[in-house]
Amino acid sequence: MNIIVCIKRVPDTETRIRVGDDGTSIDPSGVKYVLSPYDEFAVEAALRLKEARGEGEVTVITLGDDASQETLRTALAMGADRAVLLQGEVTADGLATAKGLAAEIRGSEPPLVLLGVKAADDDGQQVGPMLATLLGRPCATAVSSFETTESAVVCRSEVEGGTRVLELPLPAVVTITKGEYEPRYASLKGIMAAKRKPLEKKEAQMGPSRLQVKAMELPAERVAGRIVGEGPDAVPELVRLLREEANVL
Amino acid sequence: MKILAIAEQRDGSVRGVSREVASAAAGVAIGHEGEVDVLLVGGEGIESQAGEFNGSGAARVLVAAHGELAEYHPDGYARILKGVVEAGGYDAVFLPATSQGKDLAPRLAALLDVPLAQDITGISVVNGALELLRPVYAGKAFTRISVEATPVLATLRPNVFQPEDWQAEVDVESVEITEDPASWPTRIVSFEATGGDIPDVAEAGVVVAGGRGLKDPENWNVLEDLRSALGDSAGLGASRAVVDAGWRPHGEQVGQTGKTVAPKLYFAVGISGAIQHLAGMRTAGTIVAVNRDADAPIFKVADYGIVGDLFEVVPRLTQEIRALKGEG
Repeated sequence: MNIIVCIKRVPDTETRIRVGDDGTSIDPSGVKYVLSPYDEFAVEAALRLKEARGEGEVTVITLGDDASQETLRTALAMGADRAVLLQGEVTADGLATAKGLAAEIRGSEPPLVLLGVKAADDDGQQVGPMLATLLGRPCATAVSSFETTESAVVCRSEVEGGTRVLELPLPAVVTITKGEYEPRYASLKGIMAAKRKPLEKKEAQMGPSRLQVKAMELPAERVAGRIVGEGPDAVPELVRLLREEANVL
Repeated sequence: MKILAIAEQRDGSVRGVSREVASAAAGVAIGHEGEVDVLLVGGEGIESQAGEFNGSGAARVLVAAHGELAEYHPDGYARILKGVVEAGGYDAVFLPATSQGKDLAPRLAALLDVPLAQDITGISVVNGALELLRPVYAGKAFTRISVEATPVLATLRPNVFQPEDWQAEVDVESVEITEDPASWPTRIVSFEATGGDIPDVAEAGVVVAGGRGLKDPENWNVLEDLRSALGDSAGLGASRAVVDAGWRPHGEQVGQTGKTVAPKLYFAVGISGAIQHLAGMRTAGTIVAVNRDADAPIFKVADYGIVGDLFEVVPRLTQEIRALKGEG
């Protein structure tokens, strides 16, 4: 079974965010970029499926600038077979991105397209189901584990207070969340092999971005409060403050 | 400005977040010669829930009832929403930023060919156009965005927009359903409930969150006791460390690669306060930290802190709160 995994290059989640000079995006200086954690789960899920079946090819696709080649190589080092870089501007408009991915995937028709449930930068959480809708395929989101048959994929989708089990006929689009697919580390052999794997570059066929970021701001710093006291003896005073000062009990 | 607020129901009952969305829509519409419709999709008899929107500020509740719509169906709901939105000529469509809303809204966006802003925390009108505030990097920053398409489509974060009381009754109209459920490719197999009636951490009004300081997953009963003392609106949260260790389910994780929460009261117990955790809970109303280490970063964002052994402090806290609520 051939699988496509759509991935994104994002700042490491430990990054301290500063607003850049343009006032609408982050200052990238000194920022370490990584493969978005949810996309790592998706790559891992694809590799496990390929290994279990003993056949098929895993293609990773990203949309971005040349720096995203590094992210594609990371996925190739984990074990993906080939990579495609769609050269285009990463925007806040997830539908523009989904259109770029749909233009690439339409026609190639792999049975399964996987994505991370959301990217760990803009938290847009939309490209997967948008892509599915544009392709006319069913989609399950926030899936912690799934199983495939020849004609269907059965997904465990995490929602408030439980898990919804959905069965989608193939071809389908599935977005992956944390759960079953703890990502592997790339081996040295994998890293060496990744350098020789095919990485194709082409222009992204995106729609226009119709969602404009007018300003980026940092949240107001929370003022550090006070230490009410030490040990259990401080509890009555804490409860009094929560009730009388904060008015939350 | 004409706005459609999409309600959410589960097991035939409207969820509280639906009224937040209707009220937020009304707050925008009423100042700008507008009106708000609510769309309530559900099973047979769901119209009996329309009265939940009396006083929300909405003028009408449109009810789409069908036996096959009792449970959320992504294909069916998306197509019904598309029909209602196109027929209604709305300037904006708001959904709750719940699991369901965040699953449904992107499908609707693609069907309508308009962009989507997920999980917004603020709405304003600037020169007649909507400007939306949304957290990015799990709350480490915010962006102000404008949308160059109609309708403006957004999901609203739970617990951020407070429901109002406008004292007006809604009109109820039914929506004709021409959809054939046999054409919906997805098959809903089952729902497996976890955690009983405990609200999800992203929607809970009060959150009790635990970290490595709990030392062992067996010790979570200490937090569960505090949570139950705090009442039905309280949920459980967890740090990434304990989720990664397999002590707690990912559904409880707060922070980047988990959920971003905004309860009115947040207890961080045995959580040191890694930057990615702080990002996810910094918009809570009041933060209480209990930690052995007086230098833990969590105390830099907490409104109130107690330094000490959580196994002594938390049971005492539970006891005091029970006494306060007259259950002691």
